[in-house]
Amino acid sequence: MTYKKLVTAAVVASVVLTAVTADEFKGRGASFPGPVYKAWTSAYFAATGNKVNYTPTGSGDGIKSIKKRMVDFAGSDKPLKADKLAKAKLYMFPSVIGSIVLAYNLDGIKDGELKLSRAAVDAIFTGKATHWDDAVITKGNEGLKLPHEPITTVVRADKSGTTFNFTYFLNKINPDFKVSKKPKWKAHKVVAGKSNSGVSANIQQIKNSIGYIEYSYKIKLGLPAAQVENKEGLFINPTVASFQDAAKYATWTSDNDFYAVIGDPAGATSYPIVAATFILLPTEKIEMNKKVTAFIDWAYTNGDKAAAGLGYVPLPAETKDEIRAYWEVKKIK
Amino acid sequence: MSGKLFRNFSFLSATLSFFLLVGIFAILFTYAQEAMQEFGFDFLLSETWEADEDDEGGIFGGYIPIIGTLLSTLIAMTLAVPLAMGIAIFLTEIASDTIGKPVSIAIELLAAIPSIIYGMWGLFYFAPIVQSVFGGNGVGLLTAGMVLAIMVIPFMAAISRDAMNTTPLVLKESAYAMGATKFEVIKDVIMPYSKGGIIGSIILSLGRALGETMAVAFLIGSVMSIPGSITDPTTSIPVLLANNFAEAQDLEMSSMYFLALILFVVSFIIISVAKFYFLGRKVK
Repeated sequence: MTYKKLVTAAVVASVVLTAVTADEFKGRGASFPGPVYKAWTSAYFAATGNKVNYTPTGSGDGIKSIKKRMVDFAGSDKPLKADKLAKAKLYMFPSVIGSIVLAYNLDGIKDGELKLSRAAVDAIFTGKATHWDDAVITKGNEGLKLPHEPITTVVRADKSGTTFNFTYFLNKINPDFKVSKKPKWKAHKVVAGKSNSGVSANIQQIKNSIGYIEYSYKIKLGLPAAQVENKEGLFINPTVASFQDAAKYATWTSDNDFYAVIGDPAGATSYPIVAATFILLPTEKIEMNKKVTAFIDWAYTNGDKAAAGLGYVPLPAETKDEIRAYWEVKKIK
Repeated sequence: MSGKLFRNFSFLSATLSFFLLVGIFAILFTYAQEAMQEFGFDFLLSETWEADEDDEGGIFGGYIPIIGTLLSTLIAMTLAVPLAMGIAIFLTEIASDTIGKPVSIAIELLAAIPSIIYGMWGLFYFAPIVQSVFGGNGVGLLTAGMVLAIMVIPFMAAISRDAMNTTPLVLKESAYAMGATKFEVIKDVIMPYSKGGIIGSIILSLGRALGETMAVAFLIGSVMSIPGSITDPTTSIPVLLANNFAEAQDLEMSSMYFLALILFVVSFIIISVAKFYFLGRKVK
């Protein structure tokens, strides 16, 4: 009797559950927007019951998996050029903007006290400056006691979209520097860590080191970060406000699937090392794409606060509208 | 009936492990083909590891990770062997039971600590100490080698202790009766008697140190460069594989299988030598 009841209950429950089972889809790729995607997916689940599963494995892995159609969408910090998108049959649009900071470990020098000119950044990452008291670094930092110690630069051990965007900025300062997800570093002393957390841990442990990490890791770990000289020659502290100012200068157009690397923007108050991160969709999966764009649309509308809270910059409203129009045209909205 | 069933089942389990070994080798060998044909023997001597812009090709060479693996293992062994022997001799010959028992248990527990814990401890606690004593960055060949040594010491000490414990009491007591000192007993009775087990323990630890990934990934610095000094960062085969696997494609992936194959063959040879030559001789 009770057994029968149990079975009936189980059957009823499973029927009911199947009836309300909402959409579920998965993506993987860029780890740079990992924290904000996580916030968005859990809020989206709470609001709509739809489950989005995003695994931050890295941009290269994202591109690889979407090309093989292993996932429903992919994240990449490196935008793909039109011919690549056409070849792999993909749609692309940006989701959010983030920034890269130069975090350091120098005794007695607090957050935001170190000012790095464009020449100094170039000298550190190309190995022209070997010690912290090199003239190119001390110039403009007269008030600081920079030690006569060798500079250890901390870079990524894995291929990374963060590195791509950082080397894009280095390339803007010094055209000889090749933009790459994993360049051959010529800096004086180099140590590498896996992912943003590995680089952060190395900076924390190694005295007189400097490295590039995503802004939210600086906030989370309380690492000191440098002011960086922007295109207009002004030193800018990495803050959400200065990222927002930088984001205004990004030019996006749906004509080339929003292909744009937005690093080193104009504007007197812009922080120079900003980067957009992108979503890739397979062109042939129209129904699934509609589910993904519904999620992104929801995030564009409701996710700005969560993004800003994590140190990201939401896309400008005009860009969001243009992306929505792009979906309409591609019939994936 | 049940006896036959049991026999067949255990036969199946035993052959399965053999096929697993052959299967893994075959997979590594197949996947490494592309890199083998592209680079051939030069793979072992080339210092470049660079994918081109689209990740579709590039130049890959295994020289730096191979050297890094060998050097970090060499440092580890140089430090670990004397210490582990000291521990084993102390436990079997010198320590009283009240000290020996707890130390023995502590060593066995140390051997069971997962390697990631050694890696974290090494990076956050040990690396700054190494930096303040030896200079350099804190992470690098020396730190990785020292932490590797700390990791294999318990393993090596425990096996050596067991080997030394097999020395028959009669032999030791006869030596003492002839007026031998403790040192002479250790040197001329215990060591020769347990030589096979001790060398076996060293070689098994060597195999473990060669393949260690997590702890070394935290500590070696993961940089593709030949270390100029002992404190310089470099990379090793398992570390390179762990760091690049997610992002690699095509030729780079194949090159990593090639590296994995090299590591597999080297470890296989070492374990075989330990097994058939040294451990085998002990039984005789």
